[in-house]
Amino acid sequence: MSILINKDTRVMTQGITGKTGQFHTRGCKEYANGANCFVAGVTPGKGGQAFEGTPIYNTVAEAKAATGATVSVIYVPPPFAAAAIDEAVEADLDLVICITEGIPVRDMIRTRYKMQGKRTRLIGPNCPGLITPDEIKIGIMPGHIHKKGPIGVVSRSGTLTYEAVGQLRELGLGQSSCVGIGGDPVNGMKHIDVMRLFNEDPDTEAVIMVGEIGGSDEEECAQWIKDHMTKPVVGFIAGVTAPEGKRMGHAGAIISGGKGTAQEKLAVMEACGIKVTRNPAEMGKLLKSVLK
Amino acid sequence: MKIHEYQAKELLRKFGVVTPRGIPCFSLEEAIAAHQTLGGGVVVVKAQIHAGGRGKGGGVKVAKTAAQVAEYAGQIMGMQLITHQTSAEGQKVRRLLVEEGADIRKELYIGMVVDRGTQRVALMASSEGGMDIEEVAAHTPEKIHTVFIDPATGLTDAEADDVATRIGVPAHLLAQSRTMLQALYKAFDETDASLAEINPLVLTGDDRVIALDAKMNFDSNALYRHPEITAMRDLDEEDPAEIAASKFDLSYISLDGNIGCLVNGAGLAMATMDITKLYGGSPANFLDVGGGATTEKVTEAFKLMLANPHVEGILVNIFGGIMRCDVIATGVVEAARQVKLNVPLVVRLEGTNVELGKQILAESGLPIISASNMADAAAKVVEAVRG
Repeated sequence: MSILINKDTRVMTQGITGKTGQFHTRGCKEYANGANCFVAGVTPGKGGQAFEGTPIYNTVAEAKAATGATVSVIYVPPPFAAAAIDEAVEADLDLVICITEGIPVRDMIRTRYKMQGKRTRLIGPNCPGLITPDEIKIGIMPGHIHKKGPIGVVSRSGTLTYEAVGQLRELGLGQSSCVGIGGDPVNGMKHIDVMRLFNEDPDTEAVIMVGEIGGSDEEECAQWIKDHMTKPVVGFIAGVTAPEGKRMGHAGAIISGGKGTAQEKLAVMEACGIKVTRNPAEMGKLLKSVLK
Repeated sequence: MKIHEYQAKELLRKFGVVTPRGIPCFSLEEAIAAHQTLGGGVVVVKAQIHAGGRGKGGGVKVAKTAAQVAEYAGQIMGMQLITHQTSAEGQKVRRLLVEEGADIRKELYIGMVVDRGTQRVALMASSEGGMDIEEVAAHTPEKIHTVFIDPATGLTDAEADDVATRIGVPAHLLAQSRTMLQALYKAFDETDASLAEINPLVLTGDDRVIALDAKMNFDSNALYRHPEITAMRDLDEEDPAEIAASKFDLSYISLDGNIGCLVNGAGLAMATMDITKLYGGSPANFLDVGGGATTEKVTEAFKLMLANPHVEGILVNIFGGIMRCDVIATGVVEAARQVKLNVPLVVRLEGTNVELGKQILAESGLPIISASNMADAAAKVVEAVRG
């Protein structure tokens, strides 16, 4: 098992005719069952064409009706990406993964507002996507570093997720699913939402939670873990050395007025019974130490 | 992106925010002339730098006569203004705002930011004007009143009046404060601001509600649709290294250590700084080369790091996903040759085509110290710098 996606998931790519959309759709089709999973592309005005055998539709609704795809991945450029999410939500998809980096916050506030009361889940934006090893990958992560197994990974950062996965692999530990929720301040699923799913997933035995400075998502998740989680969780927070008030690459990674510091997050996580490390090279080792 | 107070006031006035009459000045002569234009009465001479805390640092002075305007403007223009938000050397003052004085009866605070939890714009208001809102939040949080603004309706009349009443605006001034609050939200929303602050918002002796100070920051992802705001950027206020980095689409932030860090991905870049510190070193910068670094980008990144005289060693930490390790290795070798590298270089490569990448580094003949993982890399660079 896994969370959110598996080998039977059917996916459409929004923005399939752009360079990025093409490159990563190709990569995803080549991974595990990807050739069967990626069934459609969407680019307005290019309906009826195809990309390397994948049919292209003008709208998300058409692509869904024609292929049964219930998940979409978005590579649309920032000025139009929020509208692409809106379209996928309107078409009542199960899950939307927005890879696009650089969407204005104001656009995301409106998109999240429109999503209230809808059942569609959003991952991202500004995220690497998610993967269920040996079944399906949706996003830009390197598939070959992953391996099927019992560990869940949830993270706000892309390459730091790869780092965690790489360390698990070195120790012979595979993953159930790895989810990159993205580095933007206004986004879809949070740590807590992914953690709930890992808790319910019979094939996930333990979880690595990777966070970074800014906001209070990690603290909220830690509180939930304390009250509800039945599986061990270990954590790392990036940005202990980050100066206040500066945006550290990710738009969400900014400490304001002493709030959202790595120290504060680590302290709350520890108080909630989560084992944390301050050494990013030891995420895998720490996880292994809590396995039964 | 940040702008100056006078620019923020210009913007806010377009949306209906009331401010004192003021004139931006770029020289002492302009400041003296501005005083005359404003009627020759009491004015405030205000240093224009992006950092806050200007008054305490001696950058804001009340002048009652032309002689005083000349004296204070002369003192402030060109000074290195040191505040709690500047570096220890302070920031050089190149612009002034000369503004008519106000008969202040009461000082209040209003500000707006994006709240991540509710995913809405939050209006914060307090009766404690003129103080750092962080101070108020830390010591008397009950004095801060927050409204999470519904993006469909904007700030309603009822919400505006309720919050104004809570912070002590008397009934006969509610119409004015409502205009002010709604104008501030409209400005925040329509300009893609990330922060808008009026501190203090003052009630005057002649029953007016005016913005005595103003601060605005903007979402850099949205600047493409606001050329008029982009034009307000003042490069004198920014770190030259960060400006150079932005030209090559590199995300760079100067820090005060001696180990240059070059990493792909923001999270991994922060983690690399953290582990450097953990092993007893001190990072000289945050540098994310992004997902699609080319040889040119890597070379520019090396130039940036080496332009910092404090750098005594460099740590390259790459987890190649889409970016292949052989491409990065070629870039590192090329850059090291071009910039005549004269400090120890530790490279840790992992991910796609890692073996090929390591081979390129080994065969380059350059004295590159290879590391097998992040911890090894941090330990080696710290040791190399210590000598």
